[in-house]
Amino acid sequence: MTDQATDRPSALDQLPGELMMWVLIVSELLVFGAGLAAFLAVRITDPAGFAEAQGHLHRAGAGVNTIVLVTSGWLAALAVQAAEAGRPGRLRALVAGAIALGAVFLVLKGAEYADLAHAGITFETHAFFTFSYLLTGFHAAHVMAGMILLAVVAVPASPRAVETGAAFWHMVDLVWVLLFPVVYLL
Amino acid sequence: MKYQSQKIALAYFLVAMALFAVQVTMGLVLGWIYVDGNFLTEVLPFNVARMLHTNSLIVWLLLGFFGAAYYLIPEETEREIHSSKLAYLQLAIFVLGTAGVVVTYFFNLFEGNFLLGREGREFLEQPRWVKAGIVVAALIFLYNVSMTVLAGKKTAITNILLLGLWGLALLFLFAFVNPSNLALDKMYWWYVVHLWVEGTWELVMASILAFLMLKLTGVDREVVEKWLYVIAALALFSGILGTGHHYYWIGTPGYWQWIGSIFSSLEVVPFFAMMSFAFVMVWKGRRDHPNKAALLWSLGCATLAFFGAGVWGFLHTLHGVNYYSHGTQITAAHGHLAFYGAYVCLNLAIISYAMPHLKGRDPYNQVLNMASFWLMSGGVVFMTFTLTFAGTVQTHLQRVNGEAFMDVQDQLWVFYAMRFGSGVAVVLGALLFIYAILVPRREVVTPGPLEKGRLDHDADHVAAE
Repeated sequence: MTDQATDRPSALDQLPGELMMWVLIVSELLVFGAGLAAFLAVRITDPAGFAEAQGHLHRAGAGVNTIVLVTSGWLAALAVQAAEAGRPGRLRALVAGAIALGAVFLVLKGAEYADLAHAGITFETHAFFTFSYLLTGFHAAHVMAGMILLAVVAVPASPRAVETGAAFWHMVDLVWVLLFPVVYLL
Repeated sequence: MKYQSQKIALAYFLVAMALFAVQVTMGLVLGWIYVDGNFLTEVLPFNVARMLHTNSLIVWLLLGFFGAAYYLIPEETEREIHSSKLAYLQLAIFVLGTAGVVVTYFFNLFEGNFLLGREGREFLEQPRWVKAGIVVAALIFLYNVSMTVLAGKKTAITNILLLGLWGLALLFLFAFVNPSNLALDKMYWWYVVHLWVEGTWELVMASILAFLMLKLTGVDREVVEKWLYVIAALALFSGILGTGHHYYWIGTPGYWQWIGSIFSSLEVVPFFAMMSFAFVMVWKGRRDHPNKAALLWSLGCATLAFFGAGVWGFLHTLHGVNYYSHGTQITAAHGHLAFYGAYVCLNLAIISYAMPHLKGRDPYNQVLNMASFWLMSGGVVFMTFTLTFAGTVQTHLQRVNGEAFMDVQDQLWVFYAMRFGSGVAVVLGALLFIYAILVPRREVVTPGPLEKGRLDHDADHVAAE
């Protein structure tokens, strides 16, 4: 490699946080994107069945959850600013807030799952539920993973670590914002 | 060869190449059974021959990986292997176990015996004492290489290699689970074989390829390492849940159809990344390494792995397609090109690279070696196409028109005859490779005027002999 190439940081080096996190984020978006595309494709085969099945979901709860998760993402973004400003105390408080809102999201989501289970609705009930359980369940698992990751990056509290954790958390946010209209509203 | 203990690799590579010869010869016998269904039916039933073909493949590839590890770990960690004795003991256990497996499959002397008998399974058929031997040998290996790495320099290559090898050994433990429910048996079986070839083995492949690129192209280690980590992450991300593509029709819940389809579609990405990696490294390279044969095998490996594992895998991985193509010759086409491209070529690349060092001579035999690459690869690619066409016809006749299995097989005869021909090319190529590695001791080609000019004027240029 020439000196010129080593001196100038490449586009990859300019990404905030760890490169590997961005590899993960792109991979996750591909998976959720493919899942949503498959959902919409199968929906064409049975629009009425999908609409009927969708009626069993908690639309209002999911709407509240959208606000909860986006607010949590806002706190994570503020935490990155705090990390860059060298204020670890404020950073940890903001991260704690973001994690707490993540927990609120999971409680509301859990209540919906409990209701569906109570009504005897499973993966196999209808193609709609295969997708809604897979997509939202997979997303909920990422919320849990994100809460753990945020707690982990708050320990060293370095800007790079917090950027990495927040990038993952924003991905979790973004995926929900895409899932919510497609699964709950369409 | 900088370190004495790298010599261990020589013994591993020799046994691996011997088993390679056995494996492809058995493949040729099987290829003939497809042409003439009654060939050797009394002496060598089809299922036994197939088991020998697949099991000897797996064993020689593993021995090649172990040899590669023993060769590259001293160079990476900058110290001798912890214990050469243990390494040879490990090889002896493997050879004994392999012999035990062959004897058990052929003569079936201990039917029904818990420890010595067969298990009545399709692939994980090794008697329990052999399985236990494999675990002991794997433990010896892991202890030996881990102690070496812990005491020496840690690099991305050794990290990823050890991660792959540890994962590989731990996953083999699922071979001991043998539920009477056939669906469950298959489910655990995929924990072994899928998570090997589409998970941990990919890590081994990426790290060995990275080592070869580092040596052959002279690109900065930093650049190689970045690629290596990205490839490893992509392989695990797509490969682990990609296991779902084996769970479409074995009795597992329906959601596996979507998990399997989506994740396994992404399995093409790490293979594409490995191919890009190999070519970008050569492009950016600043070393004119004399071992052109090793470079050819490395690039061939990355390319054929992308097509065999990536493209031919994707061809039938979506459950809507697989519903029709499952278990037809499409699967066989994919299996042959994927194993050949990803793991056979990888082993032959590291053998081509290491052998001149291990035997203390220049890579004199390159023209023969490179000829064997084209003969063998041409054979396997031709075989892949004949089987793909056979599988397409089979899918239509059997799965769409609903004709009986054996009636369809009769109609596929012409493809099987052509496949046998390509099999002959592969066996000749394999024998030529082994000859080229072990025998020639002088230059085969003298440089022409152009090459002579470069040799005279460019101090960095090294001849391809």
